[in-house]
Amino acid sequence: MGTVIMPKMGDAMEEGTLLKWLKAAGDEIAEGDPIAEIETDKVTLEIEAQEDGFLTNVLIEEGTTAAIGTVIATIGTQDEVGQAPAKAAPAEPEVAEEPEQELAAAAPVAEEPEAASAPAEPAAATSTQVVERAPGERLRASPLVKRLAEEHNIDLTQVAGSGPGGRIIKIDIADFVSGAKSAPKAEVSAPVQAPSANGQVAPSSAPASSPVSDKGTKVDLSRMRRTTGKRMTESKLGIPHYYVTTKVDMTEALDFRKTINGALSESGGKVSVNDLIVKAAALALRDHPEVNTSWEDGELYQHEAIDINIAIAIDGGLIAPFIPAADGKSLGAISTLSRDLGRRAREGGLTPEEYQGGTFTISNLGMFDVDEFIAVINPPQAAILAIGSVAETPVVRNGRVTVGQVMKITLSADHRALDGAQVATFLQSVKKYLEQPMLLAIS
Amino acid sequence: MPVITYRDALRSAMAEEMERDERVVLLGEDIGVYGGTHLVTNGLIDQFGPRRVIDTPIAENGFTGAAIGMAMAGMRPIVEMMTWNFSFQAADQIIQNAAKLRYFSGGQVSVPLVIRGPNGGGVQLSAQHTHSLEGFYGHFPGLKVVSPSTPEDVKGMMLAAIRDPDPVIFLEAGALYGTKGEVPEGEYTVDFGKARVAREGNDVTLVGYGRQVPVLLRIAEKLANDKIDAEVIDLRSIRPFDSDTIVESVKKTHRAVVVQEQWRWFSVASEVAAIIQEQAFDELDAPVERVSGAEVPAPYARNLEVAAFPSEQQVIDATRRVLYLGS
Repeated sequence: MGTVIMPKMGDAMEEGTLLKWLKAAGDEIAEGDPIAEIETDKVTLEIEAQEDGFLTNVLIEEGTTAAIGTVIATIGTQDEVGQAPAKAAPAEPEVAEEPEQELAAAAPVAEEPEAASAPAEPAAATSTQVVERAPGERLRASPLVKRLAEEHNIDLTQVAGSGPGGRIIKIDIADFVSGAKSAPKAEVSAPVQAPSANGQVAPSSAPASSPVSDKGTKVDLSRMRRTTGKRMTESKLGIPHYYVTTKVDMTEALDFRKTINGALSESGGKVSVNDLIVKAAALALRDHPEVNTSWEDGELYQHEAIDINIAIAIDGGLIAPFIPAADGKSLGAISTLSRDLGRRAREGGLTPEEYQGGTFTISNLGMFDVDEFIAVINPPQAAILAIGSVAETPVVRNGRVTVGQVMKITLSADHRALDGAQVATFLQSVKKYLEQPMLLAIS
Repeated sequence: MPVITYRDALRSAMAEEMERDERVVLLGEDIGVYGGTHLVTNGLIDQFGPRRVIDTPIAENGFTGAAIGMAMAGMRPIVEMMTWNFSFQAADQIIQNAAKLRYFSGGQVSVPLVIRGPNGGGVQLSAQHTHSLEGFYGHFPGLKVVSPSTPEDVKGMMLAAIRDPDPVIFLEAGALYGTKGEVPEGEYTVDFGKARVAREGNDVTLVGYGRQVPVLLRIAEKLANDKIDAEVIDLRSIRPFDSDTIVESVKKTHRAVVVQEQWRWFSVASEVAAIIQEQAFDELDAPVERVSGAEVPAPYARNLEVAAFPSEQQVIDATRRVLYLGS
């Protein structure tokens, strides 16, 4: 009997949810037939049959989440329909070692060197440091922690483990529940006194939690929401963020855009303010490659390609597909690609290759009338640019007060990778391209 | 309450019961005229005469067998092993007969026998005279095995042992013979199968028995200086075994360190660790640690002997590990 496993659809994927069986046990299937619809943290995909035959067993129910590599169905002859599969579904996703024959997936599987890498040095981990678990790596938690998590409805994937090999231990739960930074490990009384008597961690009685009279109704989290939550927590807790803001006079840029769009009106093309910002940022990155970097596992990487991610709000969360080699693309190309990515992001139709990667992220809330805001870094990237609205503002030009179209932009930077002066120079450069927009056309 | 030594508590338990029950007799090497190698039976021959305090040849298998026969016939013999190391000579009688006669006879014959003597090492008696046999005897169904650590317990448990209908392996902490403690006045027994919480604490459970108990209490005081509140459990009874007290403690502290002088493999600490994981798995925040004797025949040289037994530092280190604190 052949098997169908939960495919691995990208580096960050650890499990998938079976949304719908498109075939039932006993159905005859041909290679390439869609068998099931699964939801990963980013997209919804169909799993296709890799062989002809009959769907002999359906091993997980709709709505169930399974770790990658888990056998979710079997394919065999008509006689084998309903027979128990020879082997129980493996609990651990190591089976992904044989992806070619096992994977009934629509997309090829990326190599995953990280999965094999050793976990972070345990001694170095502190209770506030979020341990990045490699895809498929088993979550380690003490039995007590697992019980407390179940009792108090805590998602352990959100909790950093400070024990050996990243094991989540009691104090980590206490820290997580209280939301407070943990006491220094050297302070011996911490593990002793943090949890209340009996080891029960009572979220409502934790001193730092907000006193709410009503616990509220639990909202079912989408996988994307969970992933966003996890990644943003890791980012904000693990990366030493700092922020630099500057004002950009967008008067010229808006005129420039009007001119372009006037010229494009017949062809139906249209360039957005965001497209100008993408191009400006890409050119500034080309001038300042030190900003086009990532911090990963204690090492700094500088990227050749300038791939700009655009954060897009969609139902159920956020996604940030990227425009590859944006510095070399024309405004028209950026515009076309950007609109296509946005449309497909909202439809759930992005492929993993389109959102896994990128070297620099832009988050634009300009359309929502915000003065300015601060974005959380999209790890492992070293920086993210937050764009506020363009507002009519009195500005002084040549000694006279006049009305300017001012936009505030804030760069959040990883201080491990970048220092303030580097960021400031980079922002000067972004500002230059936007205030002299002809540069965007000729560079 | 009067304060007396472990040795005197032991002797008074036997003497008082000999006064009360004429079926109680003592057998062993040099226990009479000489007063006992460790002076536990000192003076008893004068009080009860040579028919009840019997000096035996150096033949453990023989006099243990004789005592088993006496017990089967209705007597209440107490056999002294000069040290438990010599019980290997008598192991056939103890294991093959004493432990099994009730079973073989369908309950018609019981063996109300106490075999007592100092267990463990620590006084430079070298490899052949240094064994901790609680794991060894605890292995055999049909034997009861106890290892008290205080004068109060040693007296109460000796009385319970003499009155027990089955053979009792009474492992005395030889190193503690001279230690003093309060002992209740009058007749009392300490039942088997009930551990004692020697010190209450909330952060970690330290489990030991016999000679290790005063060591653990001392360690607990040191840990208290570091704001670690250790609970110390004195097992007292190896078989029957009190799982409940340990499990209750671990439910409170979520971590345990078991300390023993004997070797680690197939030992009491292994059993304690297994019971904790079976009965309190969901309470554990860290793996149970065992601190045991080094896996070598006991050395003679003092420095090596000290190194071969669990040290305070080893226990403290293990405690800090289960608390996820750096050393």
